[in-house]
Order: sequence, then C-alpha cells, then structure tokens
Amino acid sequence: MPANRFNGHTDYGIGIGLRSPHYHHILTRKPVVDWFEIISENFMIDGGRPLRILDQILEQYKVVQHGVSMYFGSAERPNREHLRRLKTLVRRTKTPWLSDHLCWGSVDGRYTHDLLPMPYTFEAARITAQKIREVRDFIEIPVAVENVSSYAEFHVSAMTEWEFLNEVAERADCGILLDVNNIYVSSQNHSFDPFTYVNSVPAERVAQIHIAGHSKYRKYILDTHDHPVIDPVWKLYARAIERVGHTATLLEWDDSIPSFEEVHDEALKANRFLASVSLADAV
Amino acid sequence: MKLLNLQRHMARAVMTPLTNSERMRAVAPDGRSMRAVASQIIKPNDRLTSFERLEIYNRQYWFRVLSAFAEDFPGVRAVLGGRRFDAMAKAYLMDCPSRSFTLRNLGSRLVSWLQKHPAWARERQSLALDMARLEWADIEAFDGLREPSLKPEDLAGVNPAKLRLRLQPYVSLLALRYPVDELLLVVRKDSDDLDVASNTFNERHKRKRVSAVAKFAPSPIFLAVHRLDEDVYFRRLDREEFAILSALHAGKSLNAAIEAALRNSPIALADRAAHVEKWFHTWSALGWFCRREKSAKNEKVAPRR
Repeated sequence: MPANRFNGHTDYGIGIGLRSPHYHHILTRKPVVDWFEIISENFMIDGGRPLRILDQILEQYKVVQHGVSMYFGSAERPNREHLRRLKTLVRRTKTPWLSDHLCWGSVDGRYTHDLLPMPYTFEAARITAQKIREVRDFIEIPVAVENVSSYAEFHVSAMTEWEFLNEVAERADCGILLDVNNIYVSSQNHSFDPFTYVNSVPAERVAQIHIAGHSKYRKYILDTHDHPVIDPVWKLYARAIERVGHTATLLEWDDSIPSFEEVHDEALKANRFLASVSLADAV
Repeated sequence: MKLLNLQRHMARAVMTPLTNSERMRAVAPDGRSMRAVASQIIKPNDRLTSFERLEIYNRQYWFRVLSAFAEDFPGVRAVLGGRRFDAMAKAYLMDCPSRSFTLRNLGSRLVSWLQKHPAWARERQSLALDMARLEWADIEAFDGLREPSLKPEDLAGVNPAKLRLRLQPYVSLLALRYPVDELLLVVRKDSDDLDVASNTFNERHKRKRVSAVAKFAPSPIFLAVHRLDEDVYFRRLDREEFAILSALHAGKSLNAAIEAALRNSPIALADRAAHVEKWFHTWSALGWFCRREKSAKNEKVAPRR
C-alpha cells in the first residue's frame, strides 16, 4: 500500500522540508536524510542561487515538490505561466509525485497567498477535480491533494470535509497528501472527531503524510508550523499509518525554525510508529 | 451560492484593509457591513462569530503581504520612515494586489505606482523612487535568467557595424539621482546588526543616515545591478559606459552605440579607444553579454531605466 500509483510507486521514508536556514548545514555536513520536500514556488524562477542550491541538493538527495499556490479549488482556470514553470521544475527535480492543497486562494486573477477553505459542495468538488486532472495531464506525474487547516465553515456546505476530500479524490482519480496536523487543527476549530476523518480517508489513495506543530489560541488553533508535533497529532499519525501502511512522511517546520538536527530528530520520531506497523505486518 | 460568487465575496472581504488596531473593519470602504458579509457566507460556532472567523483570514492576508513587501523594500522603508512606509504599503497593495502566484512579484508595480502617488514620499519622492528602482532591480538580479555568455571567439570576425549585443536578463541599468546604492548597503548592514545593537539605536542611526543623503543635492549615479557567482552586486558605471550599455540594450549596433555614447564625451579622442576596450573587457569578464536574436524572453524583461 505505501508504494502506490499516487506516489510513483516509491517508498520514501521520513523527510523534512528543505528550508534556507539549513542549506549550509546540509551542503557541508551532508546529513543522512531520506528525502526533502521543497516548496515548488520558491524554485519556479529563471536562475540564481536558489536553483544552484537545489541542483546541489538534487545531486545527493531525493526531492519531492509541494506547492502552495496552484489553488485547485479556485473557480478560475489554472494560470498557464504557473503550469509552464511548474513543469520545468518537475523536469529538473524528477519528483515522483507532486502535491498541493485542497483549497482556493485566487479569484479574477488576484492572489491572496493564503490557503482558503473550500465550500463543501458538489459544484466545488466537480470544478476542483477537473482542475486537478488538467494539472496532472499537463505535468504528467501523479498529483496528491492535501487537506488544509481551516478556521471557517460555509453555510452552503453540503457534506463534511472528509466527504468532500473523498469526492474530489474519486472524481479526479488523484492521490491524497494526508496532513494529520491539519486534521487535528480543523477538528478543534470545528468540533469534530479527528479519528472519524482519518478512518474515512480511502487508504489506497494516500501518497504521503504530513506532520507538524501548531499554535493554540484562546478560541481557536492556528496552523503555524513553528512547534514540535504534539501527542494528539502523533496519535492521529499512528492511526493513519495503521490504516495506510508505511507511507512517505514529512515534518513541516516553517517558522521559528530550529537547528537542522532538532527538526530532523522531531521528524524521526515517526519511526516509532512506522516500526510498530512494520512489526505488525511481519507478525 | 455558486463557487465563483462565494470566492469573490470572500476575497473582497479578506483583502479589505484592517483598522489601525489591526482588526477587521466593521464597515468596508465601499459601505458594506462586514458583519453582514460574514454572516451571509460563514457559519458561526460555539466560540467565534461569523465575523470573527472571517477576521482570522482578513488579518492573515494583511500580515502576510505586508511582511513580504517590507522584506523586499527595507530601503524604501528607511527613506519613508516606518509609519509612513506601512501606510504606503497598505495603499499600494490595495491598488496593486498580487496578480502572480508568487509573492516575489508583489513589488513589481511599486515604481510606477509611486510615480503616480507622490504624496507618500513628499520631498523625498526622487530618493524614494531611486531606492524602489534599486530594490526591484536587486530582486530581478537575484533570480533572473542567465543565458550562455558570449565569449571573445563568438565575436571574432563579426562586423561591428552590424553586431548587436544583448545584456543578460538579470542585469539592470539604472540612472539614479541619489547614491542609493551606498544607502541601501547601510540599511542592510543595520538590519544585520540588529542582534548586537538595540532597535532604538539602529532606527536612530538609519534615520540620521537617510536624512544626510536626502539633504544632499542630487548627485546622479549610473549603476548596473548584476549577479556574479550568484551574489547580487551594484556596480557604478561611467556616464559613457551607461550610455553604451543602454544603447546596446535598446538594440543599436555596436558601432552605433559607441558613437552615440561618446559623441559629447569629455574623454579625449586619443583615449577613447583604450576606455572602450577596458569597458568591454570588464563587461565580457562579468558575462553580461548574450546573443541578441536567440530568445524572445528578452521581450518580457522589464524596461531598464
């Protein structure tokens, strides 16, 4: 199950996000890391230092692309310039699959640069699935959509978030990047049982899993990626891999970024859970 | 409500400027009640009203774009002062919201916008414009395309009356009224030193430095903003160097560019050939030239000033 058609039949292990404060450490110390996830948009440029560093990383590590502004759920058509640049980068990184979010963020050509929540309607599912197919056909590699953290729900929604995710994934025949931290954050903000969500996701479509930390405020939780992973999120992760198997896992840490070792050690905690799944498989 | 309609409603609300205390406005600039907008599309829950839930996105939007914009233009911020810069940034982003999938392009229209809105910089308009041009050129130089550079052997035997050279897309030529290159380096150094000095000291030092430059009589400089070994540099140019490079960039032949640039030059006739040779040697060593006819990409490069 872990190596499936939605992650290019790979078995990638535990990775971390490639972030600029760690470039020097990675290039000089060459730590052993299963893989790095890059933010595609940071490298969809024509030249300069970021691409030179990426090429150096690619010489030694496996890299997977993760996007933040394709906006599969925006009602407008995909931005052709975005697609062209994305495909150029895909050829450079040879990423086996590509992920972006199940959200919207642009309308009438204006970009909010945020991951805005979807209304869970059949119209939205149809439009989103069509766009995912269009992107995948252009990019020519598998695409996985990631569930986002959200802070608002719409009156027009006609289904739960997980039903919407399944509807979109089924219609688009795409993979799922299951972010268990986002499930936890949204479950707290919208008062649902996060395990119901994890248990409802089609296991055979999960291409990758995200873990991360967040910030708790008085009335809501914000997905800030600036803390270690908390225990309730690890429990969700354990349940997720119990269902989907030994799946490519990535820790996101994007703000107040600590040392490379600290980030990597946090990610490697996933091994505890992955090992128990492997053990169960072996028995 | 249809998806497109809902997204238009929400985007308009999210991109509505915040109050001075960084909260969502009760009334949008066009008179809409934000409570009504929020209630129409967003459900409340047991802890937050529809308005409060929408406000989370409204605040996130502005925090994100303002911080990205300030990161790109620390020099303009130093020229205008923090408070005026923040107000200017909000006005600019209201008029020129992002139309790109990347935040990198957020400031692409700042120079033309500042030209149309001189009130933001008042008596420092020229200084602010120079700084905005420099900082945008810096962004372009950082990640602009590098095409294969022309080598001396590529030019062997080519008729200079017909030879047309093109500058690398990452090179910008700037004619500026103030020496903002020096000022920007000071501003950046101050920011780097933040860890070892107090904010107050730094702000005071920066203000003093900006005031000193602003009080100068304009002292024109010519600058090439370029990249070498992936680092961005500001290279001062002689007037004639700037004229030759600008003419080449505009599509003139090598001969025509040199002739036009040196026509009224104070450089003695006998010394001109040596100067030209030295300049071309430097520019070639820096890899600034590439073939003119090769790529249509050049047409997309912002006009150099």
